[in-house]
Amino acid sequence: MPSIADQVPIAEGLFTWPSNDPRLLGSKCRDCGVVTFPAQSGCPACCGQDTETLELERQGKLWTWTIQGFLPNRPPYEGPETPETFRPFGVGYVELPGQVRVEARLQTEDLSKLRIGMDMDLVVEKYIERDGKDIIAFFFRPSDES
Amino acid sequence: MDVAIIGIGIHPFGRTEGVTGLEQGTHAARQALADTGLDWSDMQFAYGGSSAAGAADTMVSKLGLTGLQFINVSNGCATGGSALQSAYMAIQSGMFDIGMAVGFDKHPRGAFTINPEGSGLGKWYGDIGMALTPQFFGMKIQRYMHDYDITEDALVRVAVKNYRNGSKNPNAWRRKPFSYEDVAESMMVCHPLRKYMFCSPAEGACAMILCRADKARKYTAKPVFLKAVAVKTRQFGSFEVFSQSQALDRAPAPTVQASRAAFEMAGVGPEDIDVAQLQDTESGAEIMHMAENGFCADGDQEKWLQEGYTEIDGKLPVNTDGGCMANGEPVGASGLRQVYEICLQLRGEAGERQVPDNPSTGYTHVYGAPGLSGVTVLTT
Ligand SMILES: [Zn+2]
Repeated sequence: MPSIADQVPIAEGLFTWPSNDPRLLGSKCRDCGVVTFPAQSGCPACCGQDTETLELERQGKLWTWTIQGFLPNRPPYEGPETPETFRPFGVGYVELPGQVRVEARLQTEDLSKLRIGMDMDLVVEKYIERDGKDIIAFFFRPSDES
Repeated sequence: MDVAIIGIGIHPFGRTEGVTGLEQGTHAARQALADTGLDWSDMQFAYGGSSAAGAADTMVSKLGLTGLQFINVSNGCATGGSALQSAYMAIQSGMFDIGMAVGFDKHPRGAFTINPEGSGLGKWYGDIGMALTPQFFGMKIQRYMHDYDITEDALVRVAVKNYRNGSKNPNAWRRKPFSYEDVAESMMVCHPLRKYMFCSPAEGACAMILCRADKARKYTAKPVFLKAVAVKTRQFGSFEVFSQSQALDRAPAPTVQASRAAFEMAGVGPEDIDVAQLQDTESGAEIMHMAENGFCADGDQEKWLQEGYTEIDGKLPVNTDGGCMANGEPVGASGLRQVYEICLQLRGEAGERQVPDNPSTGYTHVYGAPGLSGVTVLTT
């Protein structure tokens, strides 16, 4: 297990880090209540500017999904695969109850079981290694695999 | 002041080695001039654009340094449509009598490469593999199929139709029809969308000459009147490409807004349209755009496709030139290609793919990143 010092989030402010129970960080508009992810200073719904940071729910339901069937272009992609080792991966929107739908990569052993409405859990873990450090990112995984 | 399209020009779409995008644009511009018998020096203004093939206004060095007002337009997938709208406004305002709209492009092979930070996204979004437009199209139609019981059969039928239409279009890129099996068994790209359901980045150019409607017959016996042009961007809550999150409450797509505005401006409704070009970035897009533009109810597409309503001889022919699927997607030119095709159809010059019974009212629709749509209504 690498020390926390060797683990770097893929971007600042996307999720609480370091943390034993990381949460995605959204923002909530104090005027209209709309939640966005990632956190942002202005409200896209009412054009207000009074927002507060909000820790998002860790569980939700899959709202839609797809399977990325080919190796994405580099740049911008930084995943570890080569054309030989690439395996299709899931991407979807997970609806966090009462908050917002978040787009994320989906982690599952069996892409064929992805279904709209299935329960999903937030996972925050190593994505790649860069400059000797683990880059930590967020994913969602079917609850029955957690 | 009404506005007419009096001349149209095109450079064949697809791949033209050794000819720059700008040269293709210049070719289309010359063809549009020849179509009217006018000279470049007769143009009082031009609006033009490309997304990846350079500044449109530099074509004056080939066409002639007449000193005209030439404004470059850059508006993503609506670049051509925005050039047309700008030209429309220039005449409609009374400022000019006659001018040109031109769009062209030349993209590298393979999927479009996105710079996430240039699109207002975090770099992480590209690092992790989500800055890909095909994913959005897959996810949008996935949900739509779930909500409205659309099946994969409909996705296949759209692609088969568009390639068949493209095979009748001498300016199309892909001129080989695909069988149902070819499409249904092609590689899965972004579930549920397969390889032959997608358009690819390509090359091509289109140009048109617009003038005051009351002077149109001076230049052509077959003017096409631009009754409406509308460009709209996304509202909060619509489901758009490159959205890191989405609101729980869904708002209508920008296409719905643009379509309604255009129909209102033209004083006609969807039932009045004889032929339409709808953005078919992939099969799912054409299906959803049939409803978003008001031509059918959500879920009716399954029946429409089974009954052949959108075939060339159907009740609403859609993408008679093969659409983006058969022509490829040169971003700066696509919107104008649609208008070019409608002009041919309304002039009765579409040859093998001519819509029967003298169509008199046409419709074009583009949609693209980051959530914008452009619609036109055209009549004879
Ligand atoms: Zn607000």
